[in-house]
Amino acid sequence: MRKLRLALACLAFTSACSPAVGEEVVKIGYASTLSGPTAAIGGDIKDGFDLFLKMKDGQLGNLKAEVIVTDNGLKVDAEKQNINRLLKREKVDFLTGGVFGAMYMPVLPEILGSETFYLAPNSGLKDYAGAKCSPYLFTVGFQNEDHSPGMAKYMNDSNFESIYLVAAAGPGGREVLDGFKRHYKGAYEEMFTKLGQVDYAAEIATIRAASPDAIFTFLPGGMGINFMKQYVGAGLNKDIPVYMPGYNADEDSLRSLEDVLLGTLNTSHWGHDLDNPANKYFVDAFKTEYGRIPSMYAAQGYDVAQLIDSAVRAVNGNLSDKAAVRKALEAADFESVRGYFQFNKNHMPIHDIYMREVFTNDAGVVTNRTIAKVVEKQQDPFVNECKMPD
Amino acid sequence: MTVTLILEQALNGLQFGLMLFLLAAGLTLVFGIMGMINLAHGSLYMLGAFIAATIASLSGSFWLAIGLSVLITAAVGMVLEMSLLRALYTRDHLSQVLATFALVLIINEVVRLVWGTDASLFPPQSLAGPVELYSGLSYSAYRLAIIVLGLVVACGLYLLIAKTRFGMRLRAGASNRTMAHMMGGDVSRLFTLVFGLGAGLAALAGAALGPILAVQVGMGESILILTFVVIVIGGIGSIRGALIGAILVGMVDTMGRVFIPMFLRLTMPSNYASDLGPALASIVIYVLMAAVLYWRPQGLFPARSG
Repeated sequence: MRKLRLALACLAFTSACSPAVGEEVVKIGYASTLSGPTAAIGGDIKDGFDLFLKMKDGQLGNLKAEVIVTDNGLKVDAEKQNINRLLKREKVDFLTGGVFGAMYMPVLPEILGSETFYLAPNSGLKDYAGAKCSPYLFTVGFQNEDHSPGMAKYMNDSNFESIYLVAAAGPGGREVLDGFKRHYKGAYEEMFTKLGQVDYAAEIATIRAASPDAIFTFLPGGMGINFMKQYVGAGLNKDIPVYMPGYNADEDSLRSLEDVLLGTLNTSHWGHDLDNPANKYFVDAFKTEYGRIPSMYAAQGYDVAQLIDSAVRAVNGNLSDKAAVRKALEAADFESVRGYFQFNKNHMPIHDIYMREVFTNDAGVVTNRTIAKVVEKQQDPFVNECKMPD
Repeated sequence: MTVTLILEQALNGLQFGLMLFLLAAGLTLVFGIMGMINLAHGSLYMLGAFIAATIASLSGSFWLAIGLSVLITAAVGMVLEMSLLRALYTRDHLSQVLATFALVLIINEVVRLVWGTDASLFPPQSLAGPVELYSGLSYSAYRLAIIVLGLVVACGLYLLIAKTRFGMRLRAGASNRTMAHMMGGDVSRLFTLVFGLGAGLAALAGAALGPILAVQVGMGESILILTFVVIVIGGIGSIRGALIGAILVGMVDTMGRVFIPMFLRLTMPSNYASDLGPALASIVIYVLMAAVLYWRPQGLFPARSG
C-alpha cells in the first residue's frame, strides 16, 4: 500500500522523482501534436526519436536523457501553456517535437527569447529561414519549400495547360505552394482549405468543374488521407492525376490509403530505400521495433535525437555553455539517415531531393521507391535574407 | 459545367445535411424533452464510428458493423442515462454542461486507451468507386448510399413520431414537459428510451460518415457545434425543425465553400480571394443562424408554445 501511495505521489509530482540534483541529465522538452486529425505525423516523429533513445539505453551524448512530453492536440493555446511549463518550470536544455508551423510559430519568440535551443523536427518556416533567423533555432526536418522545386520542374516538362493547386491554410501550405509557383512556368489556379478539414466534397466539385490537367496538393496527415479517399471515390483520379510533395505520400498516409495512391509521383528529402549505412541501420531497427516501414517523419525524429546526441557529446555534457552548444549543433556531426546533411547559414538543412513513386513491394506492401535524385543540395531561397548573429 | 457543379454541390449538401440531421434529431429530443444540454452527444457519435470500425475489421461486413454499432451505442447511451445523466435533469444548465463536458473528456481518453487515436473504416467494396449519373458527373457511390440511408431514417422517424404511441408521448413531452409528467405514464422509461434513440442515431451518423471522413478521437467535437447550430435554427425539440435546419445548414455550408471563393475570384486579385474565400465560407452558417434568430428567436419550427 505504501509503495502504491509513493508511486501515486510520484505520478502526481513527476519532477520530484526525476534524478536527484547533481546527477547529470540532459532535459528535453518534447512539445508535439499527438492527438487530433493529424496525430499520425507527430506519432511517427516520436517513434523515430524514441528508437534512437532506446538504442542508446536512454542516454544522449553520455548523459541520461529526461524527456518531458506534452501534446497540444492541434490547439495553439494548449501549445502556449505547454511551452510555458517546459521553459519556466522544467527549464529544459532543448525543445523539440513541433509538427506544424501554425502551432509552434506563435510560441517561437518566447522560446528563442529565453535562449533555449529549439530543434524543429519537421517543417521550417520562411520567416525564420530569412530575416528572423536565430542562433537558437535549428530546423532538422526541412524548409517548407524544399519539396516543391523538384516537382515544379518535373511538371514543367509535362506541358500541362492548366493545373490546380490545393493546400491546407496556414504558413506551411502557403510556403509549399510559394515554392512551387517560384519554379512552375505554366498557368494555375489555387485554393486553400481549412486546417483540420475532413470533408472535401465542395473542393472536389470545384476541381471537377474547372477540369484542370493535373493537381498538386499539399494536405498533410489525415487531411490528405481524407482528400485522396474522397477524390478517388468521386472518380476524379482517372481524369486528373495528382502530384504531391513527399509530405503527403509517405508511410503514414499510405498505411490508411492502401492502394489509392499507387503510381503517384512525389518528391522528398528521404526514402526508406536510400542506400547509405546509417539509413539501412535505422530502417532495419525501426522495422524490428515497430513492425512497419518508417516514414520520412520517423527519420526526422531519429535525426533530431542523433543531433542532440552529437552536440551533448561535443561539449562534454556542459550544456550551460550556450555558445559551445550552438557550435556543436551547427557542426551537425552525425550520420544523417538521408545521406548528405548540413545546416545552412540560417540553420535550415541543405540536403538532396529525390523523386519517388508509390508502388507495391515484393511483400505486397504499398510503399515508395526512390527513382532519381532531382535536386542536389537543395537550399531554401531565404538564406540570403538571414543575418545570423555571431 | 455550372449545372454539373450545382447538381454535385446539391448532392453534397444533401448528404452532409442528412448526416447532421441524424445527430441533430437525438440532440433536439434530449434537449426538448428532458431540458438537458448534452455535450457528450458528439462522443456517442465518435463511439459509434469506432465500434463500427472494430466490428467491420473483425467480421468483414460493413452493414453488420453499422447495425451492431447502432445497437451497442444505444445501449451505452441508455446505461449513461440511467446511471449518470438522470441525476442532472433537475440541475441548471451550467451543471449539465460541466458534467457532460467531463464525459466528453473521459470518453475521448477511454477511446484513446482502447483504440488509439484513430481507426480505419472502409466502405463496402461495391460502393467504393464512383457511379456515373450522366456523362460528365461521376458521383461517389458511397455518398449516394448514405443519402438514401439518411432519407430512409428520416421517413422512419417521421412515422415513429407521427403514428405511434411512443411518438405521441414524445410529442407531448416536447411540447409541454410538466403537463406530460402530470398526466402520468412512465416518464423515466420514456427518457431512457429517448436517450437510447438519440445515441443510436448519433452512432449511425458516425458509422456512416466513418469511411468518408476519418474515425479519430475528437471527431465529435467539431460536428457537435454544427449540430447545435442546426437545432437552434430548426427550433429546439422539433424533429421537423431539425430536418429542415440540418439540410439548410448542409446546403449553405457546401454551397458557400464553392461559390463564395468563386465569386471573390471574379471580383478581386486571386491571392486575396484565396485567403478571404475559406474564411468567409466558414462563417456563413453562423451568419445564417444569427439571421434566423433575429427574425424567429424560437427557431423555424418551435416545438413548444410559450
